[in-house]
Amino acid sequence: MAPQLAITLVFFYWPAGQALYQSMLRQDPFGLRTRFVWFANFRKVLADPAYLNSIQVTVVFSFATAIVAMCVALLLAVMAEKAVRGKGLYRTLLIWPYAVAPAIAGMLWLFLFNPSIGSLAYLLRSLGIAWDPLLNGTHAMILLVSAAAWKQISYNFLFFVAGLQAVPKTLIEAAAMDGAGETKRFWTIVFPLLAPTTFFLLVVNTVYALFDTFGIVHAVTGGGPGKATETLVYKVYNDGFVNLILGDSAAQSVILMAIVIALTAIQFRYVERKVHYG
Amino acid sequence: MIGQSPLRTFIAHAVLILGILIVAFPIYYTFVASTHTLQTILRPPLPLLPGGQLWNNYSEALFGGIGRIGGVSVGQLLLNTTIMALGVAVGKICISILSAYAIVFFRFPLRMTFFWLIFITLMLPVEVRILPTYKVMVDLGMIDTYAGLIIPLIASATATLLFRQFFMTIPGELLEAARVDGAGPWRFFFDILLPLSRTNIAALFVILFIYGWTQYLWPLLVTNSNDMNTIVIALRKMVSFADADTEWHLVMVTAMLAIVPPILVVVLMQRWFVRGLVESEK
Amino acid sequence: MKFFGFAAGVAATLTLLSTTSAFAVTQISWWHAMTGANAEVVGKISKDFNASQSDYELVPVFKGTYPETLNAGIAAFRAGQAPDILQVFDVGTGVMMAAEGAIKPVAEVMTGAGMSFDKSQYLPGIVGYYSKPDGTMLSFPYNSSSPILYYNKGIFQKAGLDVNNPPKTWNEVWEAAKKIKTSGAAPCGYTSTWLTWIHLENFAAWNDVSWATQQNGLAGGDVELKINAPIFVNHFQALADLAKDGTFKYGGRTSEAKQIFLAGECGIFTESSGGLGDIVKSGMNYGIGQLPYDTDAKGAPQNTTPGGASLWVFGNKSDDQYKGVAAFFAYLSKTDVQEYLHQKSGYLPVTLAAYEATKKSGFYDKNPGRETPILQMTGKAPTDNSKGVRLPNLPQVRDIQNEELEKMLAGQQTAQQALDNAVTRGNAAIKEALEN
Repeated sequence: MAPQLAITLVFFYWPAGQALYQSMLRQDPFGLRTRFVWFANFRKVLADPAYLNSIQVTVVFSFATAIVAMCVALLLAVMAEKAVRGKGLYRTLLIWPYAVAPAIAGMLWLFLFNPSIGSLAYLLRSLGIAWDPLLNGTHAMILLVSAAAWKQISYNFLFFVAGLQAVPKTLIEAAAMDGAGETKRFWTIVFPLLAPTTFFLLVVNTVYALFDTFGIVHAVTGGGPGKATETLVYKVYNDGFVNLILGDSAAQSVILMAIVIALTAIQFRYVERKVHYG
Repeated sequence: MIGQSPLRTFIAHAVLILGILIVAFPIYYTFVASTHTLQTILRPPLPLLPGGQLWNNYSEALFGGIGRIGGVSVGQLLLNTTIMALGVAVGKICISILSAYAIVFFRFPLRMTFFWLIFITLMLPVEVRILPTYKVMVDLGMIDTYAGLIIPLIASATATLLFRQFFMTIPGELLEAARVDGAGPWRFFFDILLPLSRTNIAALFVILFIYGWTQYLWPLLVTNSNDMNTIVIALRKMVSFADADTEWHLVMVTAMLAIVPPILVVVLMQRWFVRGLVESEK
Repeated sequence: MKFFGFAAGVAATLTLLSTTSAFAVTQISWWHAMTGANAEVVGKISKDFNASQSDYELVPVFKGTYPETLNAGIAAFRAGQAPDILQVFDVGTGVMMAAEGAIKPVAEVMTGAGMSFDKSQYLPGIVGYYSKPDGTMLSFPYNSSSPILYYNKGIFQKAGLDVNNPPKTWNEVWEAAKKIKTSGAAPCGYTSTWLTWIHLENFAAWNDVSWATQQNGLAGGDVELKINAPIFVNHFQALADLAKDGTFKYGGRTSEAKQIFLAGECGIFTESSGGLGDIVKSGMNYGIGQLPYDTDAKGAPQNTTPGGASLWVFGNKSDDQYKGVAAFFAYLSKTDVQEYLHQKSGYLPVTLAAYEATKKSGFYDKNPGRETPILQMTGKAPTDNSKGVRLPNLPQVRDIQNEELEKMLAGQQTAQQALDNAVTRGNAAIKEALEN
């Protein structure tokens, strides 16, 4: 445990402390002029209507992304267990898309899902759907959720498969002999045994949707149209990395951190109680 | 095995094929793009079927155009990326499994405090800490080193959390039994815990290897020497959306090169999963 | 931590290997954001510079996109590891200028190294943009481009439009676009990249109307936007009306619309002169015209303004390093180097001599599109409205403008409302940025 603590302290708590300090400063990007302003950045951020809009957008986005990504992955994992023939092949084919670097995926975006000329857009328009995520906020959100969830499916699939491997086959066979149907077997035996994995993925997916998605937002919608898809993390990224307003950006990330810690604490307290170990 | 009706089997296959179509489409499309002429790629929409340029593009890329990207050989780029990916995967698994082992199986003061200390790091966005972390790297003289590429990425809580979740499913009797047999904590760890964790380690290795392989922003920041570039950076360097010509057909071939090694890792690790399955059915 | 030791060992060995050659010469680091063919140009210029003398070694390093490169430079400066030369995109100019203690003006670098620096040899429109109000040149223009009009000759023919006569005014563009749409020659008439850069900043300069007070921000910090003047409102209302039936098609905030034009969906297209390469390679039968102007404007057409990036020199370096940087900039100003840069990359030449030489070589007869942006920028001496725009937070103000324009194009507000909102929100953001 010591090594992890040491690395964590040097590479996380030290920078995190700096971020906290930064959130109370007004500073130009080069650090030449600095003013200590206590909580003025926080007050400013929280009073900004754009920030409140962003919270709303984030709630919708994160919830939808986590649910879609986990449900699809679980469905696929269960199906992959069932399909006796070609099981290995299916699994391989479902995992390896994960190997595409986000930086490369963003590049492919233009050809694939670009709202106006990507093949996906073509398909939808030829089906007669007035698909216009560039100007329609709802379409943009749907596009964004699919992109974010799509990236996470392989990850979740991998862990669900690993989890399903650990379910003793004897238990299932015993239940089958007792006359329990397939659906019932799944919900009464398999799903509870998967609970630790599901819980792990729930935490990871929430954190993913909240933090690791700025790249996707950046590539897919850029927060637009208007501010319809500007999530909290994208705002942190944009204000800090592009607009170079360091104080605001740091204050936002501190708030974001507090939100996630609270969320996770709730998950641990209330959800994990229902998780059965062993 | 339990018998299944043909209908259910059919549904399972249909769902899986649909899933593969959705999930694997981008890679397929990259491949399709790598078999077309530059002209075809530049005038969307791109056809859904491979074109006839497979041989031309790949031979041009492999033997002509991209032997060196930005003055660095492709071999060096792949070597750097491999070292980084392996370092991240192995390092992170080692320290996380030890931490999780300590948290779950030992009772010591401040145990939960330590857990939360590590756990909270899960929630620190990269962009927030990237400037301060960079400063730390400069102060430690780790710019342009493999250690600088790897170590900051090791310190995160995802893997620790996963092992904790898994270890908690291990019955306490197992630990008791081991203790009765006179096995020390290390014996227990190596003889019982490690073999049991195999599928999880394999899953994690795949995820982490790919995580390390696909990093972009961090390597960009901590390397000032072109010789330390990774393949993803080199690829991005080839691509220009706005103001310059881009040899898209060659870019697509390089993109295929960049995703083949992680795919190999996935396919090879797949065997570990299958073995796990065979043993559990004994 | 066995692995740590191994990695560090390998790293140390590699570092040793890579630095042994650098003892005798002074290394000059150059962080850039050039990709594709332009990255190769950077490599070639560096190599040739290194071969041309033996005192300095220029080391170019790719640092990602423009914002990524700027952030890398800032992070490095704050950690005391700044490179000698940093390439910064046009919208970052205000940020760099505000960082007076961090940078060293190019004019000082040159004179400090004992070199003469004659501003009159450079294209005035470009140099003016990268200078302080008193005329001191702050950064070295490396790559500049300007917006021009492209059109698809095949679509023009089908629609019965004159293939050799592209529209010259915005009214003509709207008419041609409608004709393309109604004749069924293409599903959309007109599209454009970069609405903020082309339809606000360059629209103002080209029509000689004010974009903001204080010479669009060049003369001082206390700036107020003027983009809700009637001429802007009329222009955008026309665009919004055309968007309703798809005669104008919105492609995104940056250069995404190029794909729509390449796909043959739209007949007319405004985009940076730097976008020419892809259009040539796609094999399309295209034509080029000047950026359209507004017939309501008295002074139009005035001149367009540059976009692109320039090279900034960091402060607190040794005299040797500054001498090396100065030697490189002198090399970069050479006519044959500029000629190569201009013809190979599609960016504008920085010196007048390079422009004349390229003209003489007959390059523009073969590539007529390459001269259009130069003529646009040099046709008239710049006025207070047409030297370019500068704000400490231009990226943020562009974001605000984009958001309001998107709402307008979606039919949620009129052009007047959109531009009024953009002015109110933009002014508030500028004021706040100045307080920092």
